[in-house]
Amino acid sequence: MNYPNELKYSRDHEWVRMEGDIAVIGISDFAQDALGDVVFVNLPQEGDAATAGEAFGDVESVKAVSDLVSPVSGTICAVNEELLDAPERLNEDPYGAWLIKVEGITGTEELLDAADYQAMAEQG
Amino acid sequence: MKLIFEKSVPGRHCDLLPKCDVPYAALPEALRRETAPALPEMSEVDLSRHYTELNQRVHGVNCGFYPLGSCTMKYNPRIDEDMAALPGFAGVHPLAPAYAVEGCREVLDTAARYLCETTGMDGMTFQPAAGAHGEFTGVLLIKQYHEKRGDFNRSKIIVPDSAHGTNPATAAMCGYDVVNIPSAPNGCVDLDALRAVLGEDTAGLMLTNPNTVGIFDENILEITRLVHEAGGLCYYDGANLNAIMGHVRPGDMGFDCIHMNLHKTFATPHGGGGPGAGAVGCKDFLQEFLPASALMDGEGRIQLRSFAGNFLVVVRALTYLLTLGREGIPEASQNAVLNANYLMRRIQGSFDLAYDRICMHEFVLDLSRYKAETGVSALDVAKSLIDYGMHPPTMYFPLIVHEALMLEPTETESKETLDWAADIFRALYELGKTDPETMHEAPHHAQIARPDEVRAARNPVLRWQK
Amino acid sequence: MSYIPSTQAERQEMLRAIGVESFRELYRDVPQEMLLERPLDLPEGMSELEVQRVMSGMAAKNRIFPTMLRGAGAYDHFIPAIVRSVPAKEEFLTAYTPYQAEMSQGVLQSIFEYQTMICELTGMDVSNASVYDGASAAAEAAAMCRDRKRRVTLISAGAHPDTINTVRTYCYGTGDELRIVPLKDGKTDPEALREMLTPEVASFYLQQPNFYGQLEDAEALGALVHEAGAMVVMGCNPIALGILKSPAECGADVAVGEGQPLGLPLGFGGPYLGFMATTTKHMRKLPGRIVGETVDAKGERAFVLSLQAREQHIRREKASSNICSNEALCALTAAVYLATMGPEGLAECARQCMAKAQYLREGLCAIPGVELVYGGASFHEFVTTLPRRDEVLAALEAAGILGGLPIDEGVLWCATEKVSRTELDRAIAIVKEVLAK
Repeated sequence: MNYPNELKYSRDHEWVRMEGDIAVIGISDFAQDALGDVVFVNLPQEGDAATAGEAFGDVESVKAVSDLVSPVSGTICAVNEELLDAPERLNEDPYGAWLIKVEGITGTEELLDAADYQAMAEQG
Repeated sequence: MKLIFEKSVPGRHCDLLPKCDVPYAALPEALRRETAPALPEMSEVDLSRHYTELNQRVHGVNCGFYPLGSCTMKYNPRIDEDMAALPGFAGVHPLAPAYAVEGCREVLDTAARYLCETTGMDGMTFQPAAGAHGEFTGVLLIKQYHEKRGDFNRSKIIVPDSAHGTNPATAAMCGYDVVNIPSAPNGCVDLDALRAVLGEDTAGLMLTNPNTVGIFDENILEITRLVHEAGGLCYYDGANLNAIMGHVRPGDMGFDCIHMNLHKTFATPHGGGGPGAGAVGCKDFLQEFLPASALMDGEGRIQLRSFAGNFLVVVRALTYLLTLGREGIPEASQNAVLNANYLMRRIQGSFDLAYDRICMHEFVLDLSRYKAETGVSALDVAKSLIDYGMHPPTMYFPLIVHEALMLEPTETESKETLDWAADIFRALYELGKTDPETMHEAPHHAQIARPDEVRAARNPVLRWQK
Repeated sequence: MSYIPSTQAERQEMLRAIGVESFRELYRDVPQEMLLERPLDLPEGMSELEVQRVMSGMAAKNRIFPTMLRGAGAYDHFIPAIVRSVPAKEEFLTAYTPYQAEMSQGVLQSIFEYQTMICELTGMDVSNASVYDGASAAAEAAAMCRDRKRRVTLISAGAHPDTINTVRTYCYGTGDELRIVPLKDGKTDPEALREMLTPEVASFYLQQPNFYGQLEDAEALGALVHEAGAMVVMGCNPIALGILKSPAECGADVAVGEGQPLGLPLGFGGPYLGFMATTTKHMRKLPGRIVGETVDAKGERAFVLSLQAREQHIRREKASSNICSNEALCALTAAVYLATMGPEGLAECARQCMAKAQYLREGLCAIPGVELVYGGASFHEFVTTLPRRDEVLAALEAAGILGGLPIDEGVLWCATEKVSRTELDRAIAIVKEVLAK
């Protein structure tokens, strides 16, 4: 399992990468592994509000569905629509396959660094 | 095998209608269809063989053992089909005048009387077309009741975490927030967890008893009392009614309304997914909220679908009820419970029981230890059963048991069938310890090998195209 | 009689194997005070012969009309023999939902073929495996069109009264509003619709042909709805679709309808069949089961229940619908019917329905005192005035003819391919005779 050091992680298994004032959000390697083969992603629209701790979409495997919980509050300024046609990218490259970008950030959940997240995730 | 469209030959047809004996009417150009639908073009013999070939690739309960937990797959009597096909029922227009439908009314009234007596309810509707539709009806009774009293603050429906998915989905369709409460270690309602969530915002509780692990909740009177004390109503999900008919009644447990699945408990065939019928019963004080048809009965009541419901399914259920009668109804339930306990004890000693105690009409195997030891999952065991011509049990439900297999043999299976099934379970238990690979790849002799469900979901192909 | 194979001796043997003395012990978790200590207050069970007598007796209390000139949502069409025989096969009849694909390919493939036929009939991209009936299909469609911002549903006053009331009930459940678009001359009033298309409107439901038999200008009404950013749901008569512009050709986003005319008996209202189809864009909002094609582990074609993550057993309270059991056997019946009729047979059936209705309309309206209420183009139903209505209908019934349905506006008549010219002439003659008295 891969936990890149340059990223921050939420307890809901999302990763966050800051690009200037913009937060780029995806799901962790641990999360994609637990989900199994991802078959579809429900994503929000550009311009929708994201609220820390609340779902902005969900991700489906064949027999399960899991909420995507935003680690930050702000306005969604980009959505990775490539995932609508190729959800398997979340399994193949979880840290490349970002989900949304959020700007105008007004709040952030407490985020973990790679080591703390790994400890949390693998202890279950 | 080929699809019907791949067997179609342009120009083939069946001769069905006479030549039109009146002049044709002209359809205005703007309303005419531009492209004809590409329906199959077949002769009658082509059709007959196609559907025979398909039918040979179906397993029904009348063809073999079908212990699908929570689905009550009991034998579907042939007389029920004959009665539903009587022209005096099948040919009745739902809007025929009252004097011409007295027989239909008698069917509905008689079925209502039997089911009210069996469940301890006072009123009954047959409009809902299936169990989930019945749940929707029942929770709408609860909603109307609170609103009629001017109480608009009850926003929550309580559902145990062992419930069928239809329960929370139904509550949401009725505009309620769902409060999931955890089960106690014995699979029953955790009274403390229930008390903790009850309050002035409680609209009601949805519960099935016996519950989804096949155990009768002995605290049921306390549960319904607590909900009533908080001002809520109690909804009984009749999925597991087959365990208790004639022995204990939902109405006597404190439930206010109930749905029954006529296609489970009352032996009407499920037809590969439906039609069912979801009769809904209620106590007297809720009768004013029961549904009606705007066209048949006038406006002003809720309505779940057109007309009076899946009437011909009710005809089948009534035929069954009349056949069983006073002694047969309780006898069916006690033998359903007997068969489940017998099968459970015959399997015991191989796969673990989720709850080692007397069960009701169904029981759950917990394969988590077995999977940890052998790598063989509940799915592998289920798929292996197919090679023996047995329909697998319900898998991975209820969600509170991991690696669950839920078996409901019903009363219409003989002792030798149960012995045969138990021997297969025991043999598979041994096989998994020595040859797990064979089980990972099962079934080996079925219509198909395991299908690629990921591919189906990622690249949906939902219709045939040339 | 209770269809229990085991003998008393076997039951005792099984009780012993379980380790209990009596049946009573099996119910030991049930608190004593709740056990029903009396027999059910019901008649004794019956033998098969007795049951047959009792049920046949009830059936005999119904009056069956050999000639049916009444529709209003339930239509008396010819049902070919093979359409009755296929769904009666023991395997199709007594299977559960095809959860185990490896032993259910016959059911799954038949549904896949049904889905394809519904797509062909409606012109839409994706069909589900069926819902309960036409009215609940309309309600499910309205629910699937609502989102966070658009919550209001519009429905034409020309929809079937049971459909309107069912959609109203589903809206009541979720706390959403239903607004009814009025008619003008028996058809949806486009001006009224235009005014009602406010930004919070999610969808507009149009029935084609409508309850009064009138053919709506679906394309133009649909264009108005799309201009306002809302979705068009069309409720269609499937026989009429043999010749009538398809929902897709009219620009509909969701096509639904009552599938009863496709080989299902009247049966006092059910079981019927709700069909439901949409565009690829809205595929994942479609409720109910959907069968998809894939391959098995050996690379062979296989069918499975697909896109299940939409459904209640996975999504629970977040599912948009709670539907589980549907009307699979009725969908099978409809598929056999459509395959038996074929494209030309279905079109001919539709043409004959229209022809017979026109013949009846002209015959009735030639009688002094009987007038057509709505003059627009119609399919197989129409409304007339009818003096001494009860007397005329009673005279028809006495002759084995169920006349049109009495409604506020007059009488709603229907004729299908099943009635012959002789029967129509007889009906017209009886009306004439009664009114001439």
